[in-house]
Amino acid sequence: MKKLVQLFALIFLLSAAILFALDRLNATQGYSGENVLNIYNWGDYIEPELIDQFEKETGIKVVYQTFDSNEAMMTKVEQGGTTYDIAVPSDYAIAKMIDEDLLIPLDQSKIPNVKHIDPRFLDVSFDPGNKYSIPYFWGTVGIVYNRDLIGGDAITSWKDLWKPEYKNQILLADGAREVMGMSLNSLGYSLNETDEAKLQEAKRNLMELTPNIKAIVGDEIKLLLANEEAGIGVVWSGDANEIMSENDKLDYVVPSEGSNVWFDNIVIPKTAKNVEGAHKFIDFMLDPENAAKNTDYVGYSTPNKDALRLLDPEVAEDERFYPGEDVTDKLEVYENLGKEMLAHYNELFLEFKMHSK
Amino acid sequence: MHKRNWYLIPYSLWIALFVIAPIVLIVYYSLLGLDGEFTLANYENFFTSTYLTMTLSSFWYAFLITLFSLLIGYPTAYLLTRTKHKQLWLLLIILPTWINLLLKTYAFIGLFSTYGFANQVLEAIGIGRKQILFTDFSFVFVSVYIFIPFMILPIFNALEKLNPSLVDASRDLGASNWTTFRRVIFPLTLDGVKSGAQLVFIPALSLFMITRLIAGNRVITLGTAIEQHFLVTQDWGMGATIAVFLIIAMAIIMALTSTKRKKGVTS
Repeated sequence: MKKLVQLFALIFLLSAAILFALDRLNATQGYSGENVLNIYNWGDYIEPELIDQFEKETGIKVVYQTFDSNEAMMTKVEQGGTTYDIAVPSDYAIAKMIDEDLLIPLDQSKIPNVKHIDPRFLDVSFDPGNKYSIPYFWGTVGIVYNRDLIGGDAITSWKDLWKPEYKNQILLADGAREVMGMSLNSLGYSLNETDEAKLQEAKRNLMELTPNIKAIVGDEIKLLLANEEAGIGVVWSGDANEIMSENDKLDYVVPSEGSNVWFDNIVIPKTAKNVEGAHKFIDFMLDPENAAKNTDYVGYSTPNKDALRLLDPEVAEDERFYPGEDVTDKLEVYENLGKEMLAHYNELFLEFKMHSK
Repeated sequence: MHKRNWYLIPYSLWIALFVIAPIVLIVYYSLLGLDGEFTLANYENFFTSTYLTMTLSSFWYAFLITLFSLLIGYPTAYLLTRTKHKQLWLLLIILPTWINLLLKTYAFIGLFSTYGFANQVLEAIGIGRKQILFTDFSFVFVSVYIFIPFMILPIFNALEKLNPSLVDASRDLGASNWTTFRRVIFPLTLDGVKSGAQLVFIPALSLFMITRLIAGNRVITLGTAIEQHFLVTQDWGMGATIAVFLIIAMAIIMALTSTKRKKGVTS
């Protein structure tokens, strides 16, 4: 009995010590005040030098934390207890956060550098008039293909994927909106279609694609394509850029029928304590020179037209990642279709997956 | 008497908070529609062909996984009882369970891929490259690999407990090896087989990560659907409904394979 009590006491003491240490560590990380800016961004999504530069120029201390999904970020902001002054959600997440009143409207007069943003990327459907958000990076959904593996032909459209010679060659990203959108686009419909007949047609169309599909996977798609496990993959342009730098046989195309365009925008969440500093930071990141530096590091497409001029022309003129207006006109943002419709999309996607044998 | 009951308090609290409360919550959520109103729509939805096919295919794959685990696990357990360094061999079998499931699965992606080790071997022995990843075979193989320790251990324990003189007696009375196994060894270790089957079949029913990583979503189980509904669709009602059916299925399996202690039989 005495031994047991001793053991319990030891475990109790150890736990208390760990708790104390944790608390101290958190305290040094999460402090907030006048001169601190808490930034909450995706992992590896900013040039670290820019943070130092911002600290030097403004005297504001930056605390940088990262998240790996919009959902995780939203939950943290929603629950409160955090003091994030800046966050970088994607388009549909912004629509949701506006709906749920989680964002602070921007004071446009404090962000004069917004004039450098390409007007194509302003005033889009998820945030009309950019009341709450400013574009940070953008991209498309398209097709990565390996010329050697698929017999030399270039792929140009979604319809090409249905060709019988690509049997068992295609990897799809595991997302209902992406896959359903691809099928809708290939039929010439909008990827925000809500008409039941057209959605059913899109599902039947997908089922015909079944023999060509090798697998429907998540993030592993990057690894699998880079290792030439399959010749064709439907991916986001950011991922495409990353794997193309690993395997130079790969090429990327935005299909001619049109596709999805996505945005990661900077917002100020409701949890912000340093709204003034947040505006300064947004304006700082919009400065063409800083935006160019950031783009060099991150490798995604920048919406900043004046930064584009400062980039290596080989990057800036790459039509695959900076398509011209003729292509971007055909691109659509995923609109927030509401929970019911989203559930229906997922149901159809699930039926397709069950069929894909 | 009162004093003894005190000891039960932490345990009953634990059960109430972490077993009963979650089940009640799952049932509660299963009755909620997307709009947050009470409805039976989720249950109606479950009885459509999509979910029924999914249920059947989940059971089919879980059955295959259990069957192969048993076919490999039983002889292994039997051999283990005959070896000299039992504890060492046992440790080697348990060792892989200490490694994170996801890591093991990722390793198999490398092994089974087009240019992976398995295909290099196939090529070297003249069979040539085959598609291994994203097939039923790879799915069942990896699942069996992951679950097999849970099959071997209970069978091993049952075999260890078996009184060797019973086997000797059977031989003395003229029974062949096969008859001895069929009439003596197997019936007496059936409890081990049953608990092994429970330990494999029930988690196999709700597998999800492996269905995507190894089977490339060509195998869809109830577990995959639950994951989708909770994380992507955020249709918690439907996810909870599937979970309710899984719980019911598990309860039925437990009841069917539960070992009734026969009175009068002592070890």
